[in-house]
Amino acid sequence: MDNKKEIIKVVKLNKSFGNLHVLKDIDMTVKESEVVVLIGASGSGKSTLLRCMNFLEIKDEGDIIFDGNKIDPKTHNLNKVRERVGMVFQHFNLFPHKTVLENVIEAPVKVKKIQKSQAVEEAMELLNKVGLVDKRDEYPSKLSGGQKQRVAIARSLAMKPDVMLFDEPTSALDPELVGEVLITMKQLASEGMTMVVVTHEMGFAREVGDELIYMHDGKIVERGNPKDIFSNPKMDRTREFLSKVL
Amino acid sequence: MSSLLHFFDVLIGTFDLFIKALVLTLEISILAFVIGLAFGLFFAFLKVTKIKPLVMIVDFYVWIVRGTPLVVQIFILFYGLTSLILIPNFLAVTLALAFHLGAYLTEIIRGAIESIDKGQMEAGKSLGMGHWLTMRRIILPQAFRRAIPSFGNQFIIGLKDSSLASFIGMQELFGVAKLEGSVHFDFMTYLLVVGVYYLLIVYIFTKLVNRIEWRLAVSD
Repeated sequence: MDNKKEIIKVVKLNKSFGNLHVLKDIDMTVKESEVVVLIGASGSGKSTLLRCMNFLEIKDEGDIIFDGNKIDPKTHNLNKVRERVGMVFQHFNLFPHKTVLENVIEAPVKVKKIQKSQAVEEAMELLNKVGLVDKRDEYPSKLSGGQKQRVAIARSLAMKPDVMLFDEPTSALDPELVGEVLITMKQLASEGMTMVVVTHEMGFAREVGDELIYMHDGKIVERGNPKDIFSNPKMDRTREFLSKVL
Repeated sequence: MSSLLHFFDVLIGTFDLFIKALVLTLEISILAFVIGLAFGLFFAFLKVTKIKPLVMIVDFYVWIVRGTPLVVQIFILFYGLTSLILIPNFLAVTLALAFHLGAYLTEIIRGAIESIDKGQMEAGKSLGMGHWLTMRRIILPQAFRRAIPSFGNQFIIGLKDSSLASFIGMQELFGVAKLEGSVHFDFMTYLLVVGVYYLLIVYIFTKLVNRIEWRLAVSD
């Protein structure tokens, strides 16, 4: 169990925005096929932590070790790292001037330089997986929020990442559309995809998470098995938070 | 009534003359706009880097262009530089107009680039596309679409400003109108005739821009 490969390791990570100290000495490890769920109030630093993992935010201090390599933003080609780290955003960030299919094949064709025909074939498999084959030629503006997010997931998967980061993937969705995105994510998890998920969906955290991390004020307050934490939080702070959201 | 008939007489009688002039007007305006677009793109890129010295260069360029009349800029190229280099009038007016339009296009393109949601750049980066590939494939196509109405406006302004070429002896629309007006001692008629040409050509380009805008809007 514990000899699984460490995909991402975060060591003593610190990050400030101006005078605001957002991340304080964060340590965490994401192992292969694991689903790590980050919860906490807004402003607790969980999204910033996630964004540091694919260098959309650059840490001030500490290390981010990806697949055994310490990544230094100054010397490493971050694009190469990001190719292997998928990211799904709260607001989808689909490319509005491209069709669903074009969104999915863009990076494989332009970055990985694979043949367009092969990219299309793989994209169709992914669209099939997220249940959107019939939308292949639609533009994002014609899709519902849930459909957009599923396309965004397919677009990320098209790069065949080693790990997928989800930044509040259902927070911008109408309540009735949350389910379809969570189903897609559960399916991914069951296929063994390594995932780090920032979410407010406690049901998902409990059901799918292998590890739950509760953050408050830039620090990790409590971590462990989600079922244990939900039923018996050790810290008062965690208990207080859970009593508000459950 | 007779003056109206006279107007149409002149309008029809000078058709060949003015069509030739119109072609020259369009050559100047379109060429200047295309070069201006290259200027605009280049300087807009410098400006969005937010690197201080580069931004200062751009701001200086825009300041110069905005702060001096186009006719002065044209005269500097055509008359002012004669001791250094002789620039033919077509080139002088085209370059001056391009330089001029470029400053306004810089601000238009910069604004359009900055209006694109920053999530688009993040999405591109997160896919490993990097800054420049994302800029070229994702940001610029959207920014250009958004800028088309402003491009259209700027082109039309440039088209009308090309009339200043007449001051360095070019026989474009306004130059022909002035010349014929003085030859026939009948300025009013020829000025009205040339006004018709400008109105018509501006109308056509406005419609064209609307059409392009409408066609591109389909995907939004």
